[in-house]
Amino acid sequence: MSCCSPELPEVPTEIPDVEGPLPTTKRGLGDLSLTRREFSKHTAIVASFLSAAACSTDSMDGFVKSRLREMDRNELKDLISSLERKYKKRFNKDVQVRATPAAEGVRFAYALDLSRCVGCRRCVHACVKENNQSRPNPDGDHNNPIQWIRVLEMNKEEGVDLAHATPYYNPEEVPREGKFYMPVQCQQCENPPCTKVCPVQATWKEPDGIVVVDYEWCIGCRYCMVACPYGARRFNWAEPYLPADQVNPNMHVMGNRPRLKGVVEKCTFCIQRSRNGRYPACVEICPVGARKFGNLLDPKSEIRSVLENKRVFILKEDLNTQPRFFYFYGI
Amino acid sequence: MDARFLRIIMQFALAFGLAAFSIALTTGCDPAPAKASHKAAVDEADPVHADKANLPPAELGLPPNPLNMPNAASQTFPVPKPPISNEMWPCSSCHDSPEEVNRTRRVLKEEHTNIVLHHDEENRWCLDCHDATNRDVLHLASGVTITFDESYRLCGQCHGDKYRDWKVGVHGKRTGSWSGEKQYLLCVHCHSPHSPHFKPLKPEAPPVHPDQIR
Repeated sequence: MSCCSPELPEVPTEIPDVEGPLPTTKRGLGDLSLTRREFSKHTAIVASFLSAAACSTDSMDGFVKSRLREMDRNELKDLISSLERKYKKRFNKDVQVRATPAAEGVRFAYALDLSRCVGCRRCVHACVKENNQSRPNPDGDHNNPIQWIRVLEMNKEEGVDLAHATPYYNPEEVPREGKFYMPVQCQQCENPPCTKVCPVQATWKEPDGIVVVDYEWCIGCRYCMVACPYGARRFNWAEPYLPADQVNPNMHVMGNRPRLKGVVEKCTFCIQRSRNGRYPACVEICPVGARKFGNLLDPKSEIRSVLENKRVFILKEDLNTQPRFFYFYGI
Repeated sequence: MDARFLRIIMQFALAFGLAAFSIALTTGCDPAPAKASHKAAVDEADPVHADKANLPPAELGLPPNPLNMPNAASQTFPVPKPPISNEMWPCSSCHDSPEEVNRTRRVLKEEHTNIVLHHDEENRWCLDCHDATNRDVLHLASGVTITFDESYRLCGQCHGDKYRDWKVGVHGKRTGSWSGEKQYLLCVHCHSPHSPHFKPLKPEAPPVHPDQIR
């Protein structure tokens, strides 16, 4: 923590000068000349006093940050309480930040019924609200909200054709004649290409299959965005805009806590909900019940029933990313 | 001599092997006891699936109907209140004299004029689902009456495939907990029973087009 140079072995600092006057060991009161060793000693003391006085504990957390992945329980506890304090101050309301770990014997999976989805985008906006994404800033220069789900409109005649799909459709009513809709979000790959390219290992796959990001450790290089074949990751180009009245106070340390400028974020299957037994927000909002979620290892889960009885496919199967997000046809 | 002795031994061995095999078959040895215990654990953790054990008594005097089989119809589901407005309920507050029921199939011109049947209207009408003698219940094709909370059984008579999917959570919507207690929706929460086609919706705002990003 000390910001001074480490203590050095004593070296002769006074070079005998045969021509000049001999150095004296005795100094007067007004004499400010110091030896190098004395100087470093004094700076260390002054610096430690200064830093102790100037830094509150919260800003110290940012300074001594360590990786989320390597934190032990106590470090996590400290981080959580400091985050809770910080958010409470910022949003002026009580915020709960959790760090619920992955449960034993759970492997999350998702299934989406393409024959049901009507493309109403309820999921997109429910996700934004639940996960505290950056909203369009009415005052600033940042009008592009961050959305983790993108609903693609495609022609029924052409089938799944990503090249000719559009997310910008906006008719009076959906579904439109001759069209079908395919929401795309993070596929929570079993073999995720995004985590492999991260130069600082700020993103990884959790034991229950959720791919998460350490927002403090992310350096914003966006390699992961390039690596993701599904375009599922989003980057905070501007300072995220999150009004206090729109904050969801139920947070997870690897999920929906407010993000920083210059970091990448993505769908976490609503880790703050799913790790506590609840369905993700997009599942609960879907008006047609097209979205299914559950434990792949539970033979009685909806997911297993879909996989065993329906026509299922995964997106870009040939890339061997092995998504845990399945598309199926309920009819 | 040696060859005959060997043959006898072989016959004994064969007979013994066969006997052991048949015993194993009849006693039904469990090849995966670990799996069974895991199943029990899941049952305990999941009340929705676990309540298969508490089956109500079988409906007597009826032919075996697949929809009335214990694992299907008798399994109860935690459904919310059926979408009937409080002014309309109970039906018996108006339909209070079962002896005066007009059973003639007709278009209603005095009451319930807002209901236009678009649901196999050529072959069906009100009293095919609503019970003539007690309007507060529905009845199945078998004549068994059911409450409005169990209307999925009625729908399931024709839409068996959807009923099957609904029971396992593949058709329809569930909310609550993926690992525990769930709330279901009845068929009629999404599909009007009189006109079941899903109504189109106004989509929410699209993402900002790249041309418009500031």
